[in-house]
Amino acid sequence: MNGLITVYKKEVRENLRDRRSLFNSVLLGPILFPILFIGLAYFASSKQQESVEKVLEVPVVGEEHAPNLVSFLEQQGVIIQTAPEDPEAMVRSQEAQVIIRIPETFTEQWRTGKPAVIELIADPSRRESNIPMQRVKGLLNAYGAQIGQLRLQLRGVSPTLRTPIMVKDIDLSTPQSRGMLVMIMLPYVLMITAFTGGMHLAIDTTAGEKERKSLEPLLINPVPRWQIMLGKMCATATYAFTSLVLTLIAFRFAFPLLPTGALGVDLNLSGAAIGGILLAIAPVVILAAAMLTTLAALAKSLREAQSYMGLVFLIPMIPSLIFMVNPMKPETWMMAIPMFSQNLLIGEFVRGESVSTLWLGLSLGSTLILGLGFAAIAASLFNRPRVVFSN
Amino acid sequence: MIKVSNLHKSFGKVKAVRGISFEVRNGEITGLLGPNGAGKTTTLRMLYSLLPPDEGEIRIDGLDPTKDAMEIKRTLGVVPDSRGLYTRMSARENIAYFGKLHAMSAEDIHTRVQELVETLDMADFIERRTEGFSQGQRVKVAIARAMVHKPQTVLLDEPSNGLDVMSTRALRRYILSLKEAGHSVVLSTHIMQEVAALCDRIIIIADGRIAADGSAHELLEKSGCDSLEDAFVRLIGSEEGLLA
Repeated sequence: MNGLITVYKKEVRENLRDRRSLFNSVLLGPILFPILFIGLAYFASSKQQESVEKVLEVPVVGEEHAPNLVSFLEQQGVIIQTAPEDPEAMVRSQEAQVIIRIPETFTEQWRTGKPAVIELIADPSRRESNIPMQRVKGLLNAYGAQIGQLRLQLRGVSPTLRTPIMVKDIDLSTPQSRGMLVMIMLPYVLMITAFTGGMHLAIDTTAGEKERKSLEPLLINPVPRWQIMLGKMCATATYAFTSLVLTLIAFRFAFPLLPTGALGVDLNLSGAAIGGILLAIAPVVILAAAMLTTLAALAKSLREAQSYMGLVFLIPMIPSLIFMVNPMKPETWMMAIPMFSQNLLIGEFVRGESVSTLWLGLSLGSTLILGLGFAAIAASLFNRPRVVFSN
Repeated sequence: MIKVSNLHKSFGKVKAVRGISFEVRNGEITGLLGPNGAGKTTTLRMLYSLLPPDEGEIRIDGLDPTKDAMEIKRTLGVVPDSRGLYTRMSARENIAYFGKLHAMSAEDIHTRVQELVETLDMADFIERRTEGFSQGQRVKVAIARAMVHKPQTVLLDEPSNGLDVMSTRALRRYILSLKEAGHSVVLSTHIMQEVAALCDRIIIIADGRIAADGSAHELLEKSGCDSLEDAFVRLIGSEEGLLA
C-alpha cells in the first residue's frame, strides 16, 4: 500500500499548486454556485414583487359598451389605455401584455341577464404576462361577483346560497419544504460538483501524465499498476469531496442571505443535514472519480480527454433534470438507482425530514457497487499498452 | 548479467522485434546500436518489464521480467525514452517521489539526493521547479531519479537525445563513472561516436534482428572496414535511418 499512499499524497500536493485544479474544486462549486443562487433568488423575487405591485396599464377595446365596468377598474387603480386598432398584433409584438375587449353584444347580454362575454387577449406562453393576466382576471371576477351578489339581493335571495361549498386550505408544508427553488436546485448543484470537483485531477493524473511523458518513468517503479491508478483516483475523489464540503458550507452561510420574506420561506441547512447529505453523496464521489479517470485514461491526448468531460456533465444532469421536470414521491425502489436516489435523499435532508436507514443503505449500496465496478475497470487500465503509450 | 534469447514482439501487423538474442556481462557498458525504428526501445521496454514479450526469454540476474516484475524493477535503474518531469514540483521533489515509490526512508532519500546533486552537478537548480528546465537539466533529473535507489544494472534509452556538446560530454563521463563503480550499463543509441567512446561491447540491431555483436575491434575485423561507421553501414546493409 506504500505505493498507493505515495502516489496519492503526491497528486494531492502537486495539484494544490495548480491554479486550474483549484479553480475547478474551490472556486466553481463553493463560490460560484451559491452566488449564482442568491443572485437568481433576488432577481426572481424582485421581479415577482415588481409585477404584483406595479400599476396595471390595460388597453380596453369597446370601453363604451361597459362604462360601469371600466370605472370599476379605474377605481381599483388600473390605468385604462385607449384601444388600439389591432389588439392581437399589439399583444403579439409584446407592446401590451393583456388587452380587454368588450364586444358590442355585451350591453344586450348584460340587460337580459345572460352571462356577458368579455375577451381577454394575452399570450400565456410568455411567462412575464402571467401575473398581469391573473390580476386582470381577478379584477373582472371580483366585479362579476359583486354584481351577481347585488342581483340576488335585489331579488331577496341570500348570496350565501350561491356558495354551497367552501374550500379551506390547511398548509402542512414546513417552512423548509416551501423553498422550492432551493429544493430543486441544490441536489443538481451538488451532483454536478461531485463531478466537476475532481475533473481536472482525473485528466491531469492520467491523460496529462501521458502527454507530459512522465507515465512511462512512473510505471518503471516497483509499485503494482493498480496501486498507482487507485492512488490517483483517491486524489481525484478527495478533491471532489472537499469541493462538496466547501459548497455545502458556503450554502449554509448563503441561505440566510436569501430574500426569505419575498419567498415566504425560512431556510437553513443544519449541521445534521450537511452530514446526511455528505454521507448520501459520498459514493457518488467514488463513482464520479472512477468514471472520470477511466474516460481520461482511455483518451489518446489531453484534448481528447477534455472533450469527453463535456459529455460527462450529462451523467449527473440527466437524473437531476428528470427530477426537476417531474418531481415524484420518493419510494423505496427508487433508492436503488445510483445518482437518482441522491437527488431524492438530498431533498429529504434539506426538508429536515428523518431519512430511513433502509433508504440510505440502499442508495449507498447500489451507488457504491457501481462505483467500485468502475474503479476496478480503471485500476486495470494501466495494464493495457494502448493506455500507457500514446503513439 | 542479462540474458536474452529469441525475443519477439509485434504491434498489430508491425513486427518490431523478431528474434533477438544477446548477453550483457556484469561491469561492462553494452551498446544497442541501430537506426531509428530498429527495435531498440521495444527491446529495452521488454527488459524493464513494461511490455511482455510475445515469445522468447529474458533473465536479469536470474529473474524473469514477466514473473518477477517488482523484483526486477528494484534492481534496475531506467532512463526511458520519455523523460517527462513534473513541472509543478522542484527537481528535488521529482527525485524524492521516485525514492518514495521505491519505499526508501526520508533520510536515505535525503543523503542519496545529496550524493546525486554532487555527481551530476545539479546544485544550481535542485530546489527549482522543473518548469522551463533545459534539456541538459532535464536529463540530469531523469538520471538522478532513475539512480535514486542505487540500482546495480542501468538501462539508458538514447540518453544523449537533444543534448548539446557540453551536456553530452558530461553524460559520457557519468556513464563511464558508473562502469568504474561496478555497474552494468545498457545503452541504446543511433550515434556511432557514442558507442565508440563508451561501449565495451556493441550489439547492432537492424529491422528487429541482431546484425552483429562484439567489441569495436571485432566488428571492424568482421566487416573488413577501417572505420566503425563503414562497418556499421556494411553490417546493417543500408544507410537508411542513420542520419536522424
